[in-house]
Amino acid sequence: MRYVDEFRQPELIAKAGEEIRRLADPLRHYRIMEVCGGHTHAIYRFGLKDLLPSNVELIHGPGCPVCVLPMGRIDDGLSVTANPDFIFAAFGDMMRVPGTHGSPLEYKARGMDVRIVYSPSDALKLARRNPEKHVMFFAIGFETTAPSTALTILRAELEGVRNFSVFCNHVTIIPAIRAILDSPDMRLDGFVGPGHVSTVIGCRPYEWIAKREHKPVVVSGFEPLDILQSIVMLLRQLRNGEAKVENQYKRVVPWDGNRAALRAMAEVFELRPYFEWRGLGFISQSALKIRPAYARWDAEQRFTVPGVRVTDPKAAQCGEVLKGVLKPSQCKLFGRECTPETPIGALMVSSEGSCAAHYNYQHHKPVTIANAVAL
Amino acid sequence: MCLAIPGRIVALDSDARNQAVVEVVGVRRKVDLGLLQEESIRPGDWVLIHVGFAMSKISEADAADQIRTLALLGESEAAIEEVRGYGLEDEKHSNNERGAGP
Repeated sequence: MRYVDEFRQPELIAKAGEEIRRLADPLRHYRIMEVCGGHTHAIYRFGLKDLLPSNVELIHGPGCPVCVLPMGRIDDGLSVTANPDFIFAAFGDMMRVPGTHGSPLEYKARGMDVRIVYSPSDALKLARRNPEKHVMFFAIGFETTAPSTALTILRAELEGVRNFSVFCNHVTIIPAIRAILDSPDMRLDGFVGPGHVSTVIGCRPYEWIAKREHKPVVVSGFEPLDILQSIVMLLRQLRNGEAKVENQYKRVVPWDGNRAALRAMAEVFELRPYFEWRGLGFISQSALKIRPAYARWDAEQRFTVPGVRVTDPKAAQCGEVLKGVLKPSQCKLFGRECTPETPIGALMVSSEGSCAAHYNYQHHKPVTIANAVAL
Repeated sequence: MCLAIPGRIVALDSDARNQAVVEVVGVRRKVDLGLLQEESIRPGDWVLIHVGFAMSKISEADAADQIRTLALLGESEAAIEEVRGYGLEDEKHSNNERGAGP
């Protein structure tokens, strides 16, 4: 019984499950994509799939920034800081992600000065404290983290910090959704929209999905009840033949986003003509680069970057899994050659990747809401 | 990196622009308020923090929800570790720098 108390309002969760079963037309198969890796993690962690009828399928989207980063970018970043006068700074999530010749942690073991930072502003402080060294911050993330990188660059300019640069890998979520929708083998009915990205960009950027693609989008929070409610809202729209953008996460996400954050991003970044995503290939205008006005803080403009390209092993079917054509376990490598300890494909790299989540939670099933409610 | 961590504003920093001391489950650290320039932030307010920057102002009840969500997801410890990692923010206690390394 103890698990029941851990979940907020288990009776509401049971009700949401009933409502989903009531709304889902038994003659129809629903494919709903949750875009955000945080949602994927929560869905597996709570066993939410067990609460859904078999004709409501959740497809795990591209919203895990570590997973979609091509290996060549890691190689490029590490090549800049190969010089002993450099410090490679990155979030902890990056540290175990393999490049061709090892992860940042392995480079550290071989003598590179590699530091975990929890904030880009901490990387800037490292630069201030180590004036004899150059600190390169290896920036990753969607719109949730990009504004913080932008503000940090603005601050570096304001304070005249010269021994600091950013190797920018920031990506934007909308072009990735567009690429998935444009893919000929794609068949999706609606989207659970990302919660924290939307804190920054708001809900308007999703309107084309509703208007042009006629698919509903519900921006969702991360609690089990949030996700189930979002699925209820999506099914309700689908039953009524509607396609609109709704905000289930109103308590955090303003419809217009965070204007100060958008301003900082627009000041510092411009769109790259194209950028490679692991598993999805090249997507036009899907990533951010630092504007020439801030070239002094752009590692790619300041230093020689080899531009390494590493193709993913053909046997790994990450693209098909990302688009929902295959389930993680249907990939030929899943759980055999490709595991969280020895990731081959992008989606096994981070705990928010759908393959890693599937691997970690499918065998030893943790507390699930389904069994908590049943108790 | 993708964690949204709720914190309560304890004090606004009078020395540094856009800095505030927040308390996150008993840990006090500086965070950056630069992305909340359009909000009026006062001590006692709750904010959601991403990578050291307060990103949105939230209610106390929503902060409690978020704290529980982190616990449910098994990420409370990662959140506390992340907040402790903001040690570099605190210039006055500069011996934390090494602690932020792996």
